[in-house]
Amino acid sequence: MSNYLSIFLTGLFLKNFVLVMFLGLCAFFGVSKETKPALGMGVTVTAVMTFATPITWALYHHILKPLDLTYLWIMTFILIIATFVEMAEYIIRKTSPGLYRTMGIYLPLVASNCAILGAALLNISWGHTLAESIVFGFSGGLGFSLVMLIMSGIRERMELADVPVSFKGAPLAFIIGGLLSMVFMHYFGVFRI
Amino acid sequence: MARSCWYEFRKGIWGKHPVFCLLLGLCTTLAVSIRVENAVAMGIATICILSAANTVISLLRKAIPHTVHLPVFLVVIATFVTLVEVFLKGFLPDIHKALGIYLPLIVVNCIVLARAEAHASKHGPLSAFLDGAGMGTGYAIGIVLIAVIRETWGTGMIVIRGVTLLRVGILPAEIMVLPPGGFLVMGLLLALFAFLERRIR
Repeated sequence: MSNYLSIFLTGLFLKNFVLVMFLGLCAFFGVSKETKPALGMGVTVTAVMTFATPITWALYHHILKPLDLTYLWIMTFILIIATFVEMAEYIIRKTSPGLYRTMGIYLPLVASNCAILGAALLNISWGHTLAESIVFGFSGGLGFSLVMLIMSGIRERMELADVPVSFKGAPLAFIIGGLLSMVFMHYFGVFRI
Repeated sequence: MARSCWYEFRKGIWGKHPVFCLLLGLCTTLAVSIRVENAVAMGIATICILSAANTVISLLRKAIPHTVHLPVFLVVIATFVTLVEVFLKGFLPDIHKALGIYLPLIVVNCIVLARAEAHASKHGPLSAFLDGAGMGTGYAIGIVLIAVIRETWGTGMIVIRGVTLLRVGILPAEIMVLPPGGFLVMGLLLALFAFLERRIR
């Protein structure tokens, strides 16, 4: 049980997908200008990641490995994720149009989000079991949402701040990202026990 | 025609730089730029994949139905990434190990997909190839520049394949080779470029 807890905390803070592993940065800087879209993106990524990681895991260990085709992992994973995103879009559009209007526009973006492919690849290269990979996918998605929320909150306030002209916009966002990254790496290091 | 060919190549390096102007491909840029050696390998890999994938997609652009164009692009890109991965695994295993999951992640590198979508699917093969090569070169210059700053600042020297190229007498700031350093260097560089741009105007 403590194993799952440590994987959960690793995915959430210590190896945070955005700030420590540098995954999903395009979405991180692109969609984090306001809180609401940032939250929508976070929820979508968490959902897709939680469901896509066990599927890719099972595919790798039960189909690619016995057939000795592990070099095809990149192609298989990216197709699975693209299919999954397409399917999620379809299901959401048919079952709840309201949710689709708020979340739908992010779905195509999610397919090319490195965080999801990254989670699938990390599960394989760190040798997680099936249950561990589900926990890791879920916690990684939660960590992504958390950072998106923090970042969008800070950036909403930063719009009004009086900063040097050269730092306006993207440069400032990167500096804030760096400071947040320090917090996540060192402050939450207490969980490393 | 000659001028426009040159423009297709040049715009990725000067004017529409993929990393510093369009803010694309950030994940691999910041993650791999810890060491110059890895950054050079990543840059070369991206140039090859980007120009090859752009050419193939441009040749197939009339055969791909619009509804499934994204999966098709992804498969073409993934093919070239797989080739590069197998090549590096066989010939340069230490680089393959150092790049880790960031090599497969070129598939979802926004630059490759964005160029396929915005340029290769609308232009002929020659123009698409030059665009890919130019954008790839621009990316490689960007990632190596960041890596030079981070490795020098973080360790006080630059080592490529066991040979020390540069040694400066500063107290190394370890934070620069850790994840926060990537964000900070990128932020400072972007601010510097914004400052220079205003100065030139």
